[in-house]
Amino acid sequence: MQNHDPIMQAICRRTFLDRSRVGLGAAAVWSLLGRGQVAGAESKRPGLIEPLHHAPRAKRVIFLCQAGGPSHLETFDYKPKLAEMDGQPMPESFTEGQPIAQLQNNELRCFGPQRKFNPHGQSGQMISDVFPHTAKLADDLCIVRSAQTNQINHDPAHTFMNTGTQISGRPSMGSWITYGLGSESENLPGFVVLTSVGGGQSQPIAARQWHSGFLPSRYQGVQFRSTGDPVLYVSRPEGVAAGPQEDVLSAVSALNRLRQDATGDPEIETRIAQYELAFRMQRSVPELMDISDEPAHILDLYGTQGGDGSFAANCLLARRLAERGVRFIHLYHRGWDHHGGVREGVAKTAGLVDQGTAALLTDLKQRDMLKDTLVIWSGEFGRTPMAQGNGRDHHIKGFSLWMAGGGIRGGMSWGATDELGYHAVDNVFHVHDLHATMLHLLGIDHERLTYRFQGRDFRLTDVHGRVVKPLLA
Amino acid sequence: MAGRSWWGMAACLFGLAVSSVAADEKVDYQRQIQPLLARHCYACHGPDRELQENELRLDRREDALESAITPGDPSASTLLERILEDDPELRMPPPASKKPPLTDEEIDLLGRWIEQGATFTEHWSHQVPARVAPPKSGGWSRGPIDDFVAARHKQQGLTAASAADRRTLVRRLSLDLIGLPPTEGEVDAFLADTAPGAYERLVDRLLASPHFGERMAVYWLDLVRYADTGGYHGDNDRDHAPYRDYVVEAFNENLTYDRFMREQLAGDLLPDRTRRQQIASGFNRLNMTTREGGAQPKEYMAIYAADRVRNTGSIFLGLTLGCCQCHDHKFDPYTLRDFYSMAAFFADVQETLVGIQKPLLLLDPQQTQRIHDLEEAASAAQSLLDGESAAWDAAQVRWEAEEERSTELVWTDPAQLQIASQAGNTFEQLEDRSLLALGDRAASDTYVLEMPIPPKGLSAFEIELFPHATLPKQGPGRAGNGNLVLSEFEVWRDGERLQVAEAVASHSQSGWEIAKTIDGDEATGWAIRPKIGQRVTAYFALAEPLAAGAEGNLEVRLRQLYGSGYLIGRLRLRTTDAAEPLEAIKPTLPYKAVYDALAQRSDGRTDAEKKLLRRHFRGIAPETEGVRTLIRDAGKEKKTIEESARRVLVTMAREPRVVRILSRGNWQDESGEIVQPAIPASLGTIEVAAGKRAGRLELANWLADPQNPLTARVFVNRLWKLLFGRGLVNSLGDFGTQGTPPSHPELLDFLAVEFVESGWDMKHLLRQIVLSSTYRQSSDTAEGQLDEDPENIWLARQGRFRLDAEMIRDNALALSGLLVSRIGGESVRPYQPEGYLAHLNFPQRTYQADQGENQYRRGLYTFWQRTFLHPAMALFDAPSREECTVARPQSNTPLQALLLLNDPTFVEAARALALRILEQGGDDDRAKLRYAYRRSLARDATDGELEVLEQLLAKHRDHYRNHESEAAALESNGLWQTPEGVDLVELASWTNVARAVLNLHETITRN
Repeated sequence: MQNHDPIMQAICRRTFLDRSRVGLGAAAVWSLLGRGQVAGAESKRPGLIEPLHHAPRAKRVIFLCQAGGPSHLETFDYKPKLAEMDGQPMPESFTEGQPIAQLQNNELRCFGPQRKFNPHGQSGQMISDVFPHTAKLADDLCIVRSAQTNQINHDPAHTFMNTGTQISGRPSMGSWITYGLGSESENLPGFVVLTSVGGGQSQPIAARQWHSGFLPSRYQGVQFRSTGDPVLYVSRPEGVAAGPQEDVLSAVSALNRLRQDATGDPEIETRIAQYELAFRMQRSVPELMDISDEPAHILDLYGTQGGDGSFAANCLLARRLAERGVRFIHLYHRGWDHHGGVREGVAKTAGLVDQGTAALLTDLKQRDMLKDTLVIWSGEFGRTPMAQGNGRDHHIKGFSLWMAGGGIRGGMSWGATDELGYHAVDNVFHVHDLHATMLHLLGIDHERLTYRFQGRDFRLTDVHGRVVKPLLA
Repeated sequence: MAGRSWWGMAACLFGLAVSSVAADEKVDYQRQIQPLLARHCYACHGPDRELQENELRLDRREDALESAITPGDPSASTLLERILEDDPELRMPPPASKKPPLTDEEIDLLGRWIEQGATFTEHWSHQVPARVAPPKSGGWSRGPIDDFVAARHKQQGLTAASAADRRTLVRRLSLDLIGLPPTEGEVDAFLADTAPGAYERLVDRLLASPHFGERMAVYWLDLVRYADTGGYHGDNDRDHAPYRDYVVEAFNENLTYDRFMREQLAGDLLPDRTRRQQIASGFNRLNMTTREGGAQPKEYMAIYAADRVRNTGSIFLGLTLGCCQCHDHKFDPYTLRDFYSMAAFFADVQETLVGIQKPLLLLDPQQTQRIHDLEEAASAAQSLLDGESAAWDAAQVRWEAEEERSTELVWTDPAQLQIASQAGNTFEQLEDRSLLALGDRAASDTYVLEMPIPPKGLSAFEIELFPHATLPKQGPGRAGNGNLVLSEFEVWRDGERLQVAEAVASHSQSGWEIAKTIDGDEATGWAIRPKIGQRVTAYFALAEPLAAGAEGNLEVRLRQLYGSGYLIGRLRLRTTDAAEPLEAIKPTLPYKAVYDALAQRSDGRTDAEKKLLRRHFRGIAPETEGVRTLIRDAGKEKKTIEESARRVLVTMAREPRVVRILSRGNWQDESGEIVQPAIPASLGTIEVAAGKRAGRLELANWLADPQNPLTARVFVNRLWKLLFGRGLVNSLGDFGTQGTPPSHPELLDFLAVEFVESGWDMKHLLRQIVLSSTYRQSSDTAEGQLDEDPENIWLARQGRFRLDAEMIRDNALALSGLLVSRIGGESVRPYQPEGYLAHLNFPQRTYQADQGENQYRRGLYTFWQRTFLHPAMALFDAPSREECTVARPQSNTPLQALLLLNDPTFVEAARALALRILEQGGDDDRAKLRYAYRRSLARDATDGELEVLEQLLAKHRDHYRNHESEAAALESNGLWQTPEGVDLVELASWTNVARAVLNLHETITRN
């Protein structure tokens, strides 16, 4: 490739001057640039932003998405006044003119908190009894009780949480971040998605949640699955043993190389590199998924034997992915949509995620990785202080999430909802602010991570977002 | 105003910059000034009225001249004064705008432009295209297209590439025009045709192929966002396949583009519209839709309207109208009002805002007639069944007498019944002895009903729940929706719990069955939705009946613990001493009302009860069976016909909805002005008769107006992209000021005018382009062409690009001979990894790959699941089709390699290709390998390539000879079965050769 360097420079210069060119030329250029990444030799850091906008506090993100919308009122937002008002009509001053989902045209009555809360840790943060394991790490958590989003139905709300808009076709945050920072892994994708289910109604999740939108497809999240092939098509076909498969790959590479010499097509070089990476993935993915090298005390910590697709097993995989340099690890647990039976439901779903979550934090800490791994725990929205039977409806004007590690100040609470847990009233923390703060911790100025598409410079934070400095350690 | 001196000073300061450019060279507003103003100034001084600082607009001449620019006099122009200002507070652009300051060169350019008179010209894509005489060029040119291209070559100092060899050309043409590779026979025939016009004959054959429409449809369906599912939330199936078939047919029949647009936007409104035109109007229904519970119809009305505006703008006009949903466009002259006026064109589209979209059944005339006949027959039979008949009435009297004897269960009101509420509720006893709950209800409660044991004993309780006018939704529950939850039903005798053996009810809500009242689990219970406002009854049998003469007090506890006031509103408790009481009740429960009516003495029945009894009897009587069978069979046959019919969503017009301007796009805001349908004001107006409203048809007519500056340009540019890999305007989706200007403006206009003047003839246009020398060039870049023009802007060679996802599949299937080339029909399901749809819900999806012929259909027909597009499509960059896609990205990823290597579709294709090579490839290995290359790539293999494959073959023969079970295991990849008698070891070895060939970069590349 040495002789191609001037070409590459020429192409790179042009492309960076005008990234809106999405035709073949640009595609080839992206592939060419990608080559550095997959070959893993030349580039220090294969991302777009070089140097970073400021010193980073985190190198990677593990996002624990609690899909369905966990009730903040049964988890992290203690509202004694709501308990007093249990069964009474919800004051109209709270709800007038507000968007409402399934409770449309229903009588709105207060529904007291269904779980017990206690202060935890030296910080004394209020956490409900459904998270006995996580609560022990209260001094590591920064609990935000004033989160807000714009979308009240699951599907658009996830899209909003992931892309900063409800319009489809925009890149998700994992794609933005791998686009900006690249991956540190030579054998694995930079953005990995793991899913689990259980504990409540499991709302569907669309692949658009980890799509790269208008960014090049190689920034797309790759789903690692617990059943079947862990990565789509990573297993060899029946009747093709490892040796013959390698022979086929070698023959393909040799033939591609001959063709490249004849036609001067640099895209072939990329194709060869991608086949090499595919070959390595056929080894690295099974090796990643095989947790037989984990000692018993680690399995006990997480409370899993692995291989079962549980949230706990995914937490353990998340740590293994983090160790291997994966940039953005996105876990979804689908099971928080408690329209009914919120008291038992929240406990049940929490029971499925609590130990794994706490184990992940503990494990990262004992490996000294929590300091540069940002862990975020959040749903796509919260739930109403009003009853829906003995459950709660979707709610977007105030909910809770927490962050830990990666430059976050532990043992603190941020923001508050009103006395009934309806509106975030103190230090409102919008999804855009979450994005801005997350990018900031990674060394990225959210206003400067842009991509030109259809004549406009797009950002994860659109035209919004503030870095919330008090949360930073 | 500062004096003239400062401009001289500025010129001195930037002396170098000024002198480096010829000062008298004419500055081009479109190319040099407008982008500069857009970049630095429009954010505050552009078309967006909300942000115009000081009400200054720099995008329109009359505004700019009013205060900022004095034509011919830079030093008198405040524009330059403010840009050159020393005071950072006053200097433009201000730091707060975060816009970059102007460079010296840019300032110089602005100065010279003003000096030359500050001419504003209209944006190029807003000027009606005009035919320009092509520049004369030499022998290379075959016509105007080449003349325009050659002129640019000369300007850029480039030379056209030599023509591609004929093998490359036949493969290129075949892939470009029908999306399939040429067979080796077709290649040979073209090579053998040395008579003049061979190339033209090839082109004409391909344009006439029925597969031409399939290939073009792949692109068109991306634009219009065609899919088989709704896209939001549960991503449920929708009915669109006949629309897809319409698109294929339209291209095959070479429907003129104006008609094609008109039929899609307004096929339902055309005079004497045909069924096919109605199907075409399904275009307006391709947007994403939701069925998510709790979604607000009004919000989705706004979402769908915005979707149609964005996509119509992109599909036909290359406009980025999406910005205007919330505010005026920042760079192009489109406004918030334009956006909602465009939305108003579609305000008459009938649709379900939240829920299932109802399709049109596509019945043929015979089916329609048959359904009509069946309905008539059924209706006549029904009249007979409902009519007077002395014989049937007599039979009914006999039946009633029998039934009365069999249901002699007697329910008795308890003698002294007391009721108490643990939460302190009170009750009123009504005339029928039922109890109505009064006062403030608690969230949860337990009602305790106390009574002495009846003298005759007790075997079961009846709890009747009644509606009442004072209850929410008439009750019988006290919850806001009229429902209730009975968590536990308990019976106590003098402080000792009695066991309840069984419970039945006239109705239970799904998931809330009556048995859950006696399961000991307080978290479960019995509820009654949807029988709100109706009488519902439950029965509870004791495990050990209390015998006659038993003494003591009973307590029935109705524990209602669900919360939120899900409490019983009105009830009556009665008892029986009959033996096995529930056995008599169970058969009557589904016909509760009937048996209640029967229980009345016949002279005490109301008319309604009499009617009910008659209807019930005639519905079960052996005497009526003949008539009933007729009705039932007619219904069944009708259902069968309807289920076999294809379904499609089409547009049906309704009274247009009111469309308001939604400020900041906020759908809850009802204060915005009401707007009528209109095209963006900067593009003109649609004239309609006074009092008439422009509709979709008028919109389509405006698009097809030869004076429309955008329609033809946008479309020819996209066809050009299909044939070269990039458009003459590279921003295919943005013909606005932020898009890239055309590389060959005169050529673009020539093609656009030619297209319109040919009567919007799509095949004519394609034919002209592929016959050009420009198209026929080689795409090789081994001689440093990448240095000269890396992106191939100047077309001194052909483009080279990866096949689209669909065609990667088609190519492999065609080479293997497995392809089933049937055209049209319902979407098909290729093999797909198990569990791929696991994240879908409502309902859960199980994917059943097609078994027969449909497994081998072209990629075009793949079932397009928006949220989880088939991985063979998604991994090769096919879009989910949630939005209009004007150009797919071309990624090159390891996941693609894994797919081509390991997906059963491709392994199966390799198996079939291997057999073909063995059978038709010739006598020896070398001949067979040569055949494999010729068939797959339409060219001869080089010696080097043959050697690589020979080594692979030899090694694998050896391997499979020693591992025969592996050779046999290969058979499990795909449904296709190797014919009897084939040597599996040999086939396995060749299968891996075929896999290598199918995995080549060249195999999935059009060059």
